[in-house]
Amino acid sequence: MNGFFRNVDWSDVAQACLDTIVMLGGSLVLTIALGLPLGILLFLTGPGQPWQNRWGNGVLALLVNLVRSLPFIILLIVMIPLTIVLVGTSLGVAGAIPPLVVAAAPFFARLVETALREVDRNTVEAVQAMGATTRDLVFRALLPEALPGIVAAMTVTAITLISFTAMAGAVGAGGLGDLAIRFGYQRFQTDVMLVTVVLLLALVQLLQVAGDRLVRHFTRK
Amino acid sequence: MIRLEGVHKAFGGGHAALAGVDLEIGRGQVFGIIGRSGAGKSTLVRLLNGLERPTAGRVLIDGTDVAVLSAEGLRGLRSRVGMIFQNFGLLWSRTVFDNVALPLRIGGASRAQIAAKVPALLDRVGLSDHGAKYPAQLSGGQKQRVGIARALATDPEILLCDEATSALDPETTRSILDLVADLNRELGLTIVLITHEMEVVRQVCDRVVVLHAGRVVEAGEVAEVFLHPRAPETRALIDETDGDVQPLGFDGPVVRLTLHGQAILDPVLTRIARDTGTDFIILDGRIGRLKNTSFGRLSLGLVGGDTDRAIAALRLEGDVE
Repeated sequence: MNGFFRNVDWSDVAQACLDTIVMLGGSLVLTIALGLPLGILLFLTGPGQPWQNRWGNGVLALLVNLVRSLPFIILLIVMIPLTIVLVGTSLGVAGAIPPLVVAAAPFFARLVETALREVDRNTVEAVQAMGATTRDLVFRALLPEALPGIVAAMTVTAITLISFTAMAGAVGAGGLGDLAIRFGYQRFQTDVMLVTVVLLLALVQLLQVAGDRLVRHFTRK
Repeated sequence: MIRLEGVHKAFGGGHAALAGVDLEIGRGQVFGIIGRSGAGKSTLVRLLNGLERPTAGRVLIDGTDVAVLSAEGLRGLRSRVGMIFQNFGLLWSRTVFDNVALPLRIGGASRAQIAAKVPALLDRVGLSDHGAKYPAQLSGGQKQRVGIARALATDPEILLCDEATSALDPETTRSILDLVADLNRELGLTIVLITHEMEVVRQVCDRVVVLHAGRVVEAGEVAEVFLHPRAPETRALIDETDGDVQPLGFDGPVVRLTLHGQAILDPVLTRIARDTGTDFIILDGRIGRLKNTSFGRLSLGLVGGDTDRAIAALRLEGDVE
């Protein structure tokens, strides 16, 4: 530990890892909880769908695009007052989660909408022709059929969230990104930078492999 | 049982998919609707279970106007009308058993009812051993059998087939059509069959309408429409399967002879040849079956003898053009 890695405080690294994982886990759960219904709603209000509604769909799409067009670093700052109202602080892991969710949920919702649109048109018609309600259609046909696509969307979203958490680190959220910026960048400690990069890479790789496996597990086609 | 009165259907952009269709389908019939892609067939069949609503006109099922049904009423109607699709429309993420059980679950059937009914349905379509498989593990014909079992789950009175055999090879098509004909006979199902293949209509249908550019251009008994087509669109569809290509190099008189029923089993040509001294060259021809009758259609070149008498003799046996 005293050679190349002499600047690395491993207990700091462990704490940063934990912070990143908590931020990722918390924001991913909330992103799915918010983004999945939003994605379903985007799909159902679209043209030719059961709740077809040009205005409703337009407003939803506008909101989604608005948030998605904002760079995350700006969103972080713009959201500070709202974040304080929601969780009492804009700092630390808790302070990072609201902006992470607000940034990722619309992104995830779009991916869910795309996955739902890819469900075989004949399948949807067949289920409607059985006398299904829209609720039956969503829960008995659309979601099970789109599950592999939705799991893939979760993987992509989780990986995007990791890069967002690194950015959130820049405004005091903690985690691996924070470590990389404060030590690796501002103090020129290349070894710290290297360790955080390797850890982030490992995390992304792990998520991707696990996600791909799940997609394969759920694919029956 | 099914009646369409002056049905129009236009989609956004003003293009009319159906431009005034009247037709009537009787209980227990196998009714064919044939036409090329874009003729409006798929739209027409979707009107019958309310997947589409007419822009004008009425769609009546047992006297009830489909267009004015509430969401609840529409669901009730749909449990009486089964439908099968070209691409099967199965849930690929669910087993064969669960696919067939789906309409029952949607209809609120109990676990015990489902456990009793699904195996019987699978047995009916010859898939008893495949309940635990996923659709992707089955052949095309088997997939369509799953579709049929699923469509029968709610004990419908009407079965709609939307190009149900178009993705299948000829042999599989035949076996699926045989199954459909069995269902018609044994369960008294009224069957509405959409296709672009004359062969399919010929094999199972009792009556047929020919749809072209959103209008009915010909309607009637299959044998009548097939053997004596009046509309040029009908003739084109028939010629597509029969071919109407005559060999080069024959420049004598040519007649087209159509025989059906018992006449096909008589030695017509050789008898007339003996009587009139005219020899026949078969330039093109086909002997085949309609649902309940046989037919023969031959292009004959006439050589020598008394050709006028020969043609007159042919006229007594069948139709000569």
